[in-house]
Amino acid sequence: MKADPKGVMTGAHFLDGDHACCEGALSAGCRFVAGYPITPSTEVVERIAARFPMVGGIFIQMEDEIASSIAIQGAVWAGAKAMTVTSGPGFSLMMEHIGLAVMLETPCVFVNVQRGGPSTGLPTLPGQADMMQARWGSHGDYEIIALCPNSPQECYDLTIKAFNLAETYRVPVMLMMDECVGHMTEKVVIPDAGEIDIVERRFTTAKRGEYLPYETYGDWVPPMVKSGDGHYFHMTGLTHDERGYPVMNAEAQEKCVHRIVNKIKENADDIILLREADTEDADVVVVSYGITSRVALKAISMAQAEGIKVGHLRLITAWPFPETRIRQLADQGKALVMPELNYGQMYLELQRVVEGRTRSHLVPHGGGTVHDPEVIFRKIKEAVQ
Amino acid sequence: MEPTNPVVDYLRMDRIPHIWCPGCGLGTVVNCFVRAIHSCGIERDLISVVSGIGCTGRMAGYLRLDSFHTTHGRPIPFATGLKLANPKLKVIVCSGDGDLFSIGGNHFIHAARRNTDMTVICVNNFTYGMTGGQVTPTTPIEAVASTTPYGNSEEPFNLPHLAESAGAVYVARWTTFHVRQAIKAMKEAVQKSGFSFVEIISPCPTLYGRRNKLGDGLEMMRAFKEKSKVKNGADTREVGLDFKGDIICGKFINRERTTFLERYNTRMAARLGAAYKPYEGVL
Ligand SMILES: Cc1ncc(C[n+]2csc(CCOP(=O)(O)OP(=O)(O)O)c2C)c(N)n1
Ligand code: SF4
Ligand SMILES: [Mg+2]
Repeated sequence: MKADPKGVMTGAHFLDGDHACCEGALSAGCRFVAGYPITPSTEVVERIAARFPMVGGIFIQMEDEIASSIAIQGAVWAGAKAMTVTSGPGFSLMMEHIGLAVMLETPCVFVNVQRGGPSTGLPTLPGQADMMQARWGSHGDYEIIALCPNSPQECYDLTIKAFNLAETYRVPVMLMMDECVGHMTEKVVIPDAGEIDIVERRFTTAKRGEYLPYETYGDWVPPMVKSGDGHYFHMTGLTHDERGYPVMNAEAQEKCVHRIVNKIKENADDIILLREADTEDADVVVVSYGITSRVALKAISMAQAEGIKVGHLRLITAWPFPETRIRQLADQGKALVMPELNYGQMYLELQRVVEGRTRSHLVPHGGGTVHDPEVIFRKIKEAVQ
Repeated sequence: MEPTNPVVDYLRMDRIPHIWCPGCGLGTVVNCFVRAIHSCGIERDLISVVSGIGCTGRMAGYLRLDSFHTTHGRPIPFATGLKLANPKLKVIVCSGDGDLFSIGGNHFIHAARRNTDMTVICVNNFTYGMTGGQVTPTTPIEAVASTTPYGNSEEPFNLPHLAESAGAVYVARWTTFHVRQAIKAMKEAVQKSGFSFVEIISPCPTLYGRRNKLGDGLEMMRAFKEKSKVKNGADTREVGLDFKGDIICGKFINRERTTFLERYNTRMAARLGAAYKPYEGVL
């Protein structure tokens, strides 16, 4: 299925990442956004408020982020493609509803333009310290998908990707931007609608009275339904059976959690997007994501100028974590260097996967600006020794 | 139950027996609700029921309608999303006093302010039933709850007054004793365009009744009968509830206000002119 031309602003534009994200949502077929203003994500909803009414969509500024993060789910169950947009403190308020989306298997998108934290932290300056929160912030065991754009172009492309993944796996997808990519302005090319692949919602074909909301028919993901179609379906955040009815026992819990977790884990290879350069004969590989991946490039070229064999692995998908590839690199004895705008969040995951197979080095940063490439460069040098 | 009972078809009979205690008012509320839905003239497929969490929150799960059991305090914003994405739906929120007015109070006042087209039915049992009888924003002064073992000292909300002040277009209160009136009020509320609110005073004999020595479900119902005074059109400032005092019931407010979507479309058209196609849902 291709994009609806009505929402697609085909052409080459000069956009910041926040505005590009809005255009990505429109291209993806999103027509419902609920949000609450917060720096540095506000420009996303401001553009949405202006653009959506012109293409048959609607934006509502809710009373808070708790409301926004559940209003989008109501919209999805009425048939819409929907997203919400926020930054740190608002993301914290949304956690319970990430869990609800996981449990109901509501396809929807959460955009987090990350700023410095904890608490009110640095509203106008970048951070990458919500990465673990995106993964584990709601209670219970679950899997989500998280994508990390490093340019306005990718804010556009990955917003579409986020909607497509949400529909494919019926999972909340986090678009983990940061203040830098949100506010930097670059060229963004929006293709013709006919060149944009869109995953349409897969609705049930069951007859009235025969629809079972969580029957997967041997697949990982059950077909969807929308209110108003006469199926009289029930949705609950309680542990449920295939009828969608609450069942309070360990067996039902196991079944529920097993599928919620494994529908993502088992499809990780299809979900994960990576970019690699010069990893083949590298002695050191820099692993990075988001804005930090662009800073890392500078450090890498500094190291290469000194004759160090250094490659780059960029995580476009942060969650599910690209274990297989990282383990391969580790098995090849390559040292790994990971800079991130936090004190070691994705690095924890990297260490878990590496399990002592090779040396790994964190380049921590409290946020507020990007790394000095020199610091990453020094760590690369240290890693080859 | 005999097959001719219209209620049966609206229940998920495969989920009966329900979890509610003997003497609880919730069965009566469901009965009234279904009869209101059955006679309201709205196409059944288009009705969507949303509940939060609590004993009342379980209502959605027993109704054979599109039904959502969401999170504690948040059925109204979920309902807002449903309604705005597909304005043809008739969206009805059924939830408890704690859910709607403690954790969810902010959502209630904002939905009423916007005049979002939805009906909110609050089952007010003056307590957090599901979690064992703690104090809520509607517990009267003096009443004992598990977290106010010496009696509540906080001023409770007067729900009809709150609803009116925030902008509701229809406001009524009845008790589970007033079955006929409750059905009529629920029916009028769902037929009303805009934000409508019905408070149903309901017995929780297990927790609120027993702790406050108000007797079993039947005795609590008898008290509702004796203490209730019907005052249609009463000034909502005068209908606050005291511990063991009179219960003023009736239809208090029935007025017209432009709904959220009507105003939205008018504004957009005024500003954007012919370029703007009135919003009628995302589909
Ligand atoms: C965020 C959150 N906080 C607390 C709870 C625990 N909890 C479940 S039901 C409930 C109170 C319900 O009271 P009310 O809405 O009055 O419903 P009732 O059980 O009386 O019908 C609470 C506090 C929860 N489920 N979620
Ligand atoms: S605890 Fe109270 S409100 Fe809950 S089912 Fe029992 S009687 Fe009803
Ligand atoms: Mg209650």
